[in-house]
This record gives sequence, structure tokens and C-alpha cells, in this order.
Amino acid sequence: MNTDVRMEQRPVQVAYRKAGFLAVLGKNLAGAFRFLKNDPFSMTGAVIYLFFILIALFAPLLAPYDPHEMIKHNGKLAFNQPPSAEHWLGTTNMGRDIFSQLVYGAKPAMMVGLTAAFFVVVVGTLVGLFAGYYKGRVDGVLMRVTDIAFGIPFEPFVIVLVAFLGPSVWNIVLAMGLLLWRDTARVIRSQVLTVRERSFVEAAKISGASDLRILFVQVAPNILPLSFLYGSLAMGWAILTEAAVSFLGFGDPAMMSWGFMLNDAYASQALSREAYWWIIPPGIFIMLTVMAGFYIGRGSEEILYPRLKNQ
Amino acid sequence: MAENPIIEVRGLSKHFEARQHLFRKSSTGAGVLKAVDDVSFRIPKGHSLGIAGESGCGKTTTAKMLLKLYEPTSGSFLFNGKDITHLRAKEELKQFRKQAQLMFQNPFEALNPRFTIFRSLLEPLIVHDIGTKEERAAFIKQALEQVNLIPAENFFEKYPHQMSGGQLQRVVLARALIVDPIFLVADEPVSMLDVSVRAGVLNLMKTLTERLQLTTVYISHDLSLISYMCEQTAIMYLGKVVEIGDTMSVLQKPKHPYTQALLAAVPSPDPDEEPEEVLIKNHVPSPINMPNGCHFQDRCPYTEAICREKTPELRQAETGQIVACHMVTPFFDRKAEREEHVI
Repeated sequence: MNTDVRMEQRPVQVAYRKAGFLAVLGKNLAGAFRFLKNDPFSMTGAVIYLFFILIALFAPLLAPYDPHEMIKHNGKLAFNQPPSAEHWLGTTNMGRDIFSQLVYGAKPAMMVGLTAAFFVVVVGTLVGLFAGYYKGRVDGVLMRVTDIAFGIPFEPFVIVLVAFLGPSVWNIVLAMGLLLWRDTARVIRSQVLTVRERSFVEAAKISGASDLRILFVQVAPNILPLSFLYGSLAMGWAILTEAAVSFLGFGDPAMMSWGFMLNDAYASQALSREAYWWIIPPGIFIMLTVMAGFYIGRGSEEILYPRLKNQ
Repeated sequence: MAENPIIEVRGLSKHFEARQHLFRKSSTGAGVLKAVDDVSFRIPKGHSLGIAGESGCGKTTTAKMLLKLYEPTSGSFLFNGKDITHLRAKEELKQFRKQAQLMFQNPFEALNPRFTIFRSLLEPLIVHDIGTKEERAAFIKQALEQVNLIPAENFFEKYPHQMSGGQLQRVVLARALIVDPIFLVADEPVSMLDVSVRAGVLNLMKTLTERLQLTTVYISHDLSLISYMCEQTAIMYLGKVVEIGDTMSVLQKPKHPYTQALLAAVPSPDPDEEPEEVLIKNHVPSPINMPNGCHFQDRCPYTEAICREKTPELRQAETGQIVACHMVTPFFDRKAEREEHVI
């Protein structure tokens, strides 16, 4: 009955305007939101991401100090201070405010995470769609390229690329864009192989739709949830990689990231000084973002395989 | 049949190369599966042809060739008087796609699960660039009303999983008819539906195809469906048409032993009626590398030497239909004769 009432309020033209690829995407997003409301795991993940995105956007407002500033009190460098009302998480050995660093560190994490996830979703989905739909030679070529991408070890590749191109967050993103799409492409391809055999694809062919139209209008919406799943996993992966690369000292020194903080702490023997306020917060933030990716992934698994819910 | 038939196929064949092992060459060489072999028929405008036969006899392959989803291996296909066997040009193919439509067997698979009904029906209109925004919405409303989904607006925003099989099959029919086709293929249109809604869908198809003067092909293994829906019937066995003609003659005075066996297998609703004796033996042989002669030779109760040597040609029986059997002319009622023998 509910739907009937809704229908009367929605004139035909509105329904028409909603058609098209954007509408399908919009519907997917709307569906994703409805899904989040019902799934505590993905809700948690989404809230964590949202939290960090907000922190990244409003970092200058939230941070009490410039993260690079060497703070002096009464003309004396305030170094290695434990947490206090003035410095919530204490200061580094160079007198920098750790809380401010932590807040500013959200920005590279989110930048790297979101752009890497974007590339993973776009490249992986496109490769998977074309390989699965056209099969034959197209599939052969694309899957051999994927095999090569699988053959390259990820972290050494990132380090080598950054060593060649210079330490910049964007080079880390580039490295991820070049490699991380491989899992998405494989999985999307296998999903497309089953979707393309269903009769609604044949129906679209009979109605005269071109291959590209069938691919993007009929097949793509059916695999998008899977792409989003891999995107959210890739986001966690990317943040972890950025942290690892920065910790190893290949990060962008101008950009305050959590990995860079850890590297700084490690290099200045924060561990032996038991400066837990310096080591633990960035560690927890890295863990939270990676966890958020996996929580969303875990939730989407249940969309794809509803049976998991009952177990 | 003076006017041009809508559908005319001559010697239509579709052969598939049976796949070989990668490392082990088969000793007989590549096998050839003759899914459809030398099939000819014509359907005049507004008429309907039923194609019946057991699984694997080539019914669906024939349907797919009629819709140009498969390219025939040989033979020719005339659509509305025009040879379109090897039609490749994009625009002309699109024109054909607008005129020939398919009704699917499984309505639960035939609609995109992520599209609303409105979106599914809009798709063909976008593809063929029919109408303006407002006109399209009106067309969709009309198409749904035509298939008795009333009020149509209630179905616009529904997703396939929110509807029943019977309703979905009506939507599938509406989608086929929305582009105003002249030819409709129905591949087992009701076999996936509950028995209680079958008659409704069939009656709807019957009225609509008559009103719209559609030329139709029904693919089914259900002879009662075909006798209800079709003026003409073709019986296929292992890729060949073994008997074709007016439905009345084919189903009431069957000449080919296979047709007779098919009809004998139709169960009777009367529990006291003694089931008819099944005359044929064995199972359907593998369609790969068929021997010479009649495809039915190993199962037929009347096989003679000639059946193993020569492929029977289609010949007209005195009851009107065309039959591919060496034993048919001169016609004699074999069943009667056989009973005499038994006695």
C-alpha cells in the first residue's frame, strides 16, 4: 500500500527524468545509504571515514598549532613534553604539537585513500567490464596485463617508483593506481561473465542496443556494488601503504602524515623514551581507517551474499 | 499464401564445431553438431507457427536464427520479402531489431533486476529514439495497460523482485510490443509460470497478436499450447523438421512416427483411460556426427533398409501436411496394421 501512495505523489515526468546512467548511480547511492542504515558494520566504517574526511577538511580550524612549528614557552623550546592541557598529546623532541600533527595527518591519508580508491574502482571496473563482456581476444590481452600487475610485488614497486619520481603523495597514489586495480578487475570480470549470460542482456540485444550501451546501461549497474566493495577495501590498503612508505622514509617531508609521524618518532628514539603519546595516536588512526575499509567491505559482502546474514 | 510471407526460411542450418581437447586430438577429427539442419518454412502475415520437439532438437537455435542472434551456417532467411541472412549494416540491423521481438521463457531473468519497470520499458524507446519525454511516458503507460497491468502507474516504480511471475511475463510482453514489432517469437512463454496464470498470459498473447496482426512463432514442447495458439505446426527432431503443416492435420492425423509418439506421450486427464503404448525405443542419440539416413532410424518402429541409407525428403501426405519419412507414402495406418500383427 505504501508504494501506491508514493506513486500518486510522483508524476510521470519526474520518473522519466530520473532515468539514465546518473540516475542509476544515484539509485545505487540511495540504496547504499539505506543499506548503511541497516548494517551496523558498514555504518561504523562509513562513520569513521566521514569523521576523518571532516577532520581533513577542517584541519586548520581544529589544530591549535602549526604542525611544523617549534613551540617555545618563555623562550625555551617545549620538547618531549607529556600530554597536558596546553598540548593534549604532548610535543615531539623538536617541540612540535603532536595533536596538531595528528589532525593534519588526516589530510594525506584521506587524499591518498580516496584517490587510490577512485582509480581502483574506475580502472578495475572498466578492465573487468570489457574483459568479461567481449571475452576472446580482448579478455586475453586485458587478463595478461592483469597477470603482469599481479606479478609485481606491491610495496617494493611503490618504493622504487617513489625513489625514481621523487617523494610525493601523488607518486604513491600513482603507484597504487598502476597496480591495485588488479584484484578488482579479476573479480568484476568473473561477475560480468555470469551477468552477460542472463536473459535481460539478450533482451537488450534484441531491442537493438549497441554493445557499449548494454555494457554500461545493463551490465554495469549489476556489478557496481562489487566495485564499491573493492573501492572501500582499496582505501584502507592505500592509507596503510602511504603510512608504510612514509615510515620507511620515502614519504613527502612537506606533508604531515601519520606514517611520517611514526617515522619521526622512531628516528628520535621515542620508543626508548616511552613516549607513548607520540606513537600510539597515529597508530590508532591508521588502524581505524584501515578497519573502516574492512568494515564497509564486510557489510557489502552481505549485500552480495545475503545468506551470510543468517550465520 | 499469395502475398509475401513475413518469414521465409530456406534450408536454414546451424552447425556448431564440437570442441576438441586441447592436448588429445580426437581420432574422428572435429565433430560437427548439426543443431539445425536444412529447415525451411514460411509464415504469412498474421499467422503463427508452433515449433515443437523435445529438448535439444534445435527449437531454440531456430528461434535465435530468426532473431538474428545466431548467424546461420547455410540457407537463407527472408524477412518481409527481403533477404537478411547476412545482414551486417548497423542501421538495417537496428531496423530489424525494432521489427522482431522475443518473449522469454524465464520472466525472472528477462528484466534487469536493478531497473524499475518504467526504466525497463523506457530502454527500447531510448535505443530506437522514439518519442519525446512526455510521449514516452504515455507509450509506457499504454503498453502496460495493453497487457492488463492496470493502473499502469502503480507498476512504474516497482522492481522485478516485487512482482509475480505472471505480472513479469506481462511486462516482458509489453516491452516486446512497445516498439511496434511485426514479428514475435515466444520461446516457451509460459513454461516457468504457475499453471493457474498460464491461461491468462496465453489468452492475452492471443488477443494481442490478433489485434496487432503480429506474425508469431511459438517454441514449446507443450503440444496443447501449440494447438491452442498456432495455425501451423512444425515438429522438429534432432535439428530437422520431420513434419510440418496445419496444426489440425499435424496433431490430429500425425503421419511421422515421431509425431505420433509425441502425441502418445501427452498424458490424458482421464485416470481410467489406458495410456497409449509407446512405440519408440532407445533415447535420443548424440547429435554429433549423425549417421547417414533418417535421424530417427534407431528409434523408429518401422525402420527399413532405405531409412539407413537415404535422408528422407519432405513430401506432402494426403492429409495436407508435409512429412519427412520414407514410410509414409503410400500411406497406411501403421498402428492398425501393427495391432493386427499382434493379434
